[in-house]
Amino acid sequence: MNCIIIDDESAARMIIRHLCAGVEDLIVLKEFSDAIQAVKYFNLNEVDLIFLDIHMPAFTGFDFLQTISNPPKIIVTTSDKNFAIDAFEYDCIVDYLVKPIYEERFLKAINKAKNVTSFSSSTHDGADTNDNHLYVNIDRRLIKIDIPSIYLVEANGDYINIKTEEKNYTVHSTLKKIEDKLPDVLFLKVHRSYIINTKKIIDIEGNSVLIKKDVIPVSRSNRTELMNRLNLL
Amino acid sequence: MEQPNLLYIKTLSKGDTSFEEKIIKLIKVEFPLEKEKYFDTLSNKKYLKAAEHVHKISHKISILGLKSCYELAGEHESNLREKNEDLKDSFEDILLAITNYMNTI
Repeated sequence: MNCIIIDDESAARMIIRHLCAGVEDLIVLKEFSDAIQAVKYFNLNEVDLIFLDIHMPAFTGFDFLQTISNPPKIIVTTSDKNFAIDAFEYDCIVDYLVKPIYEERFLKAINKAKNVTSFSSSTHDGADTNDNHLYVNIDRRLIKIDIPSIYLVEANGDYINIKTEEKNYTVHSTLKKIEDKLPDVLFLKVHRSYIINTKKIIDIEGNSVLIKKDVIPVSRSNRTELMNRLNLL
Repeated sequence: MEQPNLLYIKTLSKGDTSFEEKIIKLIKVEFPLEKEKYFDTLSNKKYLKAAEHVHKISHKISILGLKSCYELAGEHESNLREKNEDLKDSFEDILLAITNYMNTI
């Protein structure tokens, strides 16, 4: 994954660059003190992720967001907590870091960006949606679920259990219906009662996979497809 | 009042002394200039400009581990946007503390 840093404060750019250096597969392409220069660069180059300060004189981070088309994933870096609500109006913003930025929080933001990035790029490979969210109806409320955070869906009679990094949901639906909504590149039905997120597999032993703390059976007919999905050495 | 310190920089550097030296050098160069601009703009009642300089300085305040001073700087910045100088003296005490600390490192 590559990135650019946009911040009018040189100390802030130095800190973000230092934090980026600690992330193995993150390359800083360029840094900008001026968001207008960054727009020009962005229009000519492929950028996966932008660290974007909001509070900049003349041309703010929000001006930048409104100027560019097809924004990549954005991690907002700012001293001002008051911008958080406005910032999340933009779908491209994956996280919001308040300065001073600590490494642990920074890495969490990177992980969020990576999950969303891998999903976004995978959608270009044939998934039938450009959105990375799913709405489920629970007790007459439509609840938004981040698709890449789902690691397991299991059939449970007339219901399905959707397990995510954050929370589990029980929804009145079928495995077939949700299977049609999930991107093929991430999800695989490994058994008539289970769909798994193949990126979340911890290990495979015999005819079962371990995902988080769940051991899931793999049907013989689905095992070949599962093995094909893995980056085997 | 809190005293400036290098705890945040040390936590961030994880022993990378070259990073520590670079960021301290940067603060030593930039802080006096930003401070001067702040005083100039405020004495000329250019409140919005002065608030911008407080904003820049406040990041350095946070880097130097001054948590409550950082909050105060944020309030002072907002006040200045309303042409209110109530926190001027408290903010300038912080500037003085940093100036003195910069001479020791």
